[in-house]
Amino acid sequence: MPFIPHTEEDVAEMLASIGARSIDELFDEIPAELKTGKLTQVPPGLSEMEISRLMYERAQQDGFYLSFIGAGAYEHHIPAAVWQITTRGEFYSSYTPYQAEASQGTLQLLYEYQTMMASLTGMDVSNASLYDGASALAEAALMAVRQHRTSRRILVPQTVHPVYRSVMRTIVRNQAIEVVEVPYDPATGQVAIDKLDQFAQEEFAALIIPQPNFFGVLEQVDALTDWAHDKQSLAVAVVNPVSLAMLKPPGEWGRRGADIAVGEGQPLGIPLSSGGPYFGFMTCKQELVRQMPGRIIGRTTDLEGKEGFALTLQAREQHIRRSKATSNICTNQGLMVTAATIYMSLLGPEGLYRVAAYSHANTVALVEQLEKLPGVKKAFHSPFFHEAALQLSVPADKVLNGLKAQGVLGGVLLENYYPDLKNTLLICATETKTVEDLDKYTEVLRQALAASA
Amino acid sequence: MLIFEHSRKNRRNYSQAPATRPAKNDIPDHLKRKSIPLLPEVSEMDTVRHYTRLSQKNFSIDTEFYPLGSCTMKYNPRACNSLAMLPQFLSRHPLAPEDTGQGFLACMYDLQEILKDVTGMAAVSLTSMAGAQGELIGITMIRAYHEAHGDTERTEIIIPDAAHGTNPATAVMCGYKVIEIPTNRDGDVDMDALKAAVGPKTAGLMLTNPSTLGVFEKKVAEMSRIVHAAGGLLYYDGANLNAVLGKVKPGDMGFDVIHMNLHKTFSTPHGGGGPGAAPVGVGERLLPYLPVPIVAHEQGVYRWLTEKDRPQTIGRLSAHMGNAGVLLRAYIYVRLLGAEGMHRISEYATLNANYLMAELRKLGFEIAYPNRRASHEFIVTMKEIKDRTGVTAMNLAKRLLDKGFHAPTTYFPLLVPECLLIEPAETESKETLDRFVAAMKEILDEIATQPDMIKAAPHDMPLRKIDDVKAARELDLVWEPAG
Repeated sequence: MPFIPHTEEDVAEMLASIGARSIDELFDEIPAELKTGKLTQVPPGLSEMEISRLMYERAQQDGFYLSFIGAGAYEHHIPAAVWQITTRGEFYSSYTPYQAEASQGTLQLLYEYQTMMASLTGMDVSNASLYDGASALAEAALMAVRQHRTSRRILVPQTVHPVYRSVMRTIVRNQAIEVVEVPYDPATGQVAIDKLDQFAQEEFAALIIPQPNFFGVLEQVDALTDWAHDKQSLAVAVVNPVSLAMLKPPGEWGRRGADIAVGEGQPLGIPLSSGGPYFGFMTCKQELVRQMPGRIIGRTTDLEGKEGFALTLQAREQHIRRSKATSNICTNQGLMVTAATIYMSLLGPEGLYRVAAYSHANTVALVEQLEKLPGVKKAFHSPFFHEAALQLSVPADKVLNGLKAQGVLGGVLLENYYPDLKNTLLICATETKTVEDLDKYTEVLRQALAASA
Repeated sequence: MLIFEHSRKNRRNYSQAPATRPAKNDIPDHLKRKSIPLLPEVSEMDTVRHYTRLSQKNFSIDTEFYPLGSCTMKYNPRACNSLAMLPQFLSRHPLAPEDTGQGFLACMYDLQEILKDVTGMAAVSLTSMAGAQGELIGITMIRAYHEAHGDTERTEIIIPDAAHGTNPATAVMCGYKVIEIPTNRDGDVDMDALKAAVGPKTAGLMLTNPSTLGVFEKKVAEMSRIVHAAGGLLYYDGANLNAVLGKVKPGDMGFDVIHMNLHKTFSTPHGGGGPGAAPVGVGERLLPYLPVPIVAHEQGVYRWLTEKDRPQTIGRLSAHMGNAGVLLRAYIYVRLLGAEGMHRISEYATLNANYLMAELRKLGFEIAYPNRRASHEFIVTMKEIKDRTGVTAMNLAKRLLDKGFHAPTTYFPLLVPECLLIEPAETESKETLDRFVAAMKEILDEIATQPDMIKAAPHDMPLRKIDDVKAARELDLVWEPAG
């Protein structure tokens, strides 16, 4: 019996103590007509050897590709120590740190994480994670509406990740919060600042500001932040944490800095893994801390004055405030935060800078090489960071298929999200790519373009 | 010491990250970062030592018996982890074409089908990343259903007072008003109160069964009839599925939507607070609204169904498809157990809970619902002990830490004063349960002879009792360098 240790003698002794004749009898309070739960679609159990074989076959079927896909999930080298430590039983199989004295490992780690994220984003405080970047943006929208006295509207550029916008809509719609979109400038790939003028007389709880945006383009974050503040709206930043080693952090945007920063933590030592588990991060200014959802760890002392850590400001949370909580979130993404904290510690500020810088330099080099091929040009004339949109003069979906046949995943078809951006690929090269990798991409793209001509 | 206190300026980890900086940095100057972020400057050796030693300060299932009620702290099989972390699974980008992920998608599809069987529901979406998000999905779908039927006056969700805090928090987050109904002395929902609460404003009822009190709601079929007759829908919080897996199916109990907690029933790791996964199953009424993406298997090929395929979907709740790695672990777990193994889960979880309840009752602990069977968990109340000696459930919990056991859940559900919600889970042996009982006996003796010592527990942990009042009053949420 997998994982159940009871012998027949154990069962007999236990039933005797209970005063029942069989295990079945322990279910006698369930009405007989409801006992229809027998499983019919579950195959017989496999030994570990057998399931290993099956999973190896399925993994092998999927294989490996040379991937240049970014679009919100990024391939970075993950040091071996990160997951060896993170999957230690004491981290892997521990629970939410409700009993602080039995969880000082996790609690201290989360305090260190909060410190790192607050600094990385240029903010005052951080929570201990949300589910992912998309739901973190939704939570930031809800937070902004709670904080703003009058408006229940969120203004979001179309340069924010399309699925993040969709998730935000799904979640905030329940509370009759309106999401208004701002188009982008097709020449620059940035939020059209002149298009913001049409909203001059309208109220919003928040303006969402991505950096870099979904196209990899750098936005005019100072102007956007000030525009929001001039209208008494909050400025909510959506950022890539690795990029913050090189880019000005949200806390330094505009005159006063953004109010809330959210984003996807996956680039910090989390494997791509078909889309999850990742983690969402949220940091904010001190004055907003009581509105922030999620767990927050505080440093304190014990009875004897020794330094210790505990969950704090729990009056925001569902287990204390129930229907008056800032969010319903309970389980978050604790193990992923553990990995990210170890990753950030192993890289340090200089290491993270180099990861960001080489990701950017490789993308710049790849774009330069690819633009020399016939019919390939940058879609937008703007500075970009570690991701770029390239327009092709031939059907891009066929080109991607041609690349895939050669073991290269060439990028994402932007037309899937932006119908006007025909035959445009979003490509990304991280620090994991070598000169040979970039040359391979260039060569197979040349062949695919020639085949389409 | 904090990791930052091990830092030395310019100390670097040379084998991680490229050897030099790139030649140029073409970021426009006004967008460049000028400050250095506060990340540790520590050697790899010191980083590994620091986090390894931190891990050793944690209690965990791998090291201690962890009878947290409502959390289902069962053994996390190691194979689930190593196989979910096969390099091909780990390296796959979520936006890679579907034909490069047929192996992964086969696992997801199989899991969907298995969960349909487990729940007795018509369809399952794997996208939810935690129980609370599963609840959000369920209530959002209920809203979509009523809106599609032009039923805009339904503004209330009925929730028993014993419910987990996420239930009312979710209802409010979804724009509903919470109507709380009481629980009677036997631990069941008060049916008269339910009948009085139900009406034209009822959007739905959220129910946990077995309830958070550790007992089976015997009148669940009648509750279903009452709510449906009034035009409302039924949400099942599957947190306690471990008690009835393979015995009862929520679909057969009349529920319209259910979430399961894979990080409970399906043994994916708790990880110090996640990641979870909480697939949502629906009956026919809510089928059109199920969130995307969902895996389909058509002519031998697996693919994701999206908004185009499911035009009435409530949409997406995740940037990609949910916590894929967690779902893989749950799939491997189910394949290891097989049908016969899964049927045994509820049997042995219930056996362990009833045995522990019987033994603790013999010691003299007061069982909150003494005339009921335990499901997979049960409640002990310390009220009489507190009134007599001043020793509280929290004091006992802290003393259990000294004895090498993680405490049960305390002060939840709120209905029972000074309560301990105890869930042993099926992977614990009789000897472990007996050792726990022996430790509880020691504590009873200590309460009789040294109550003040108990009130000052814990004594043998690395730290004494943590001052969480101070943690809230004097907020210290980030470390700051001196000066």
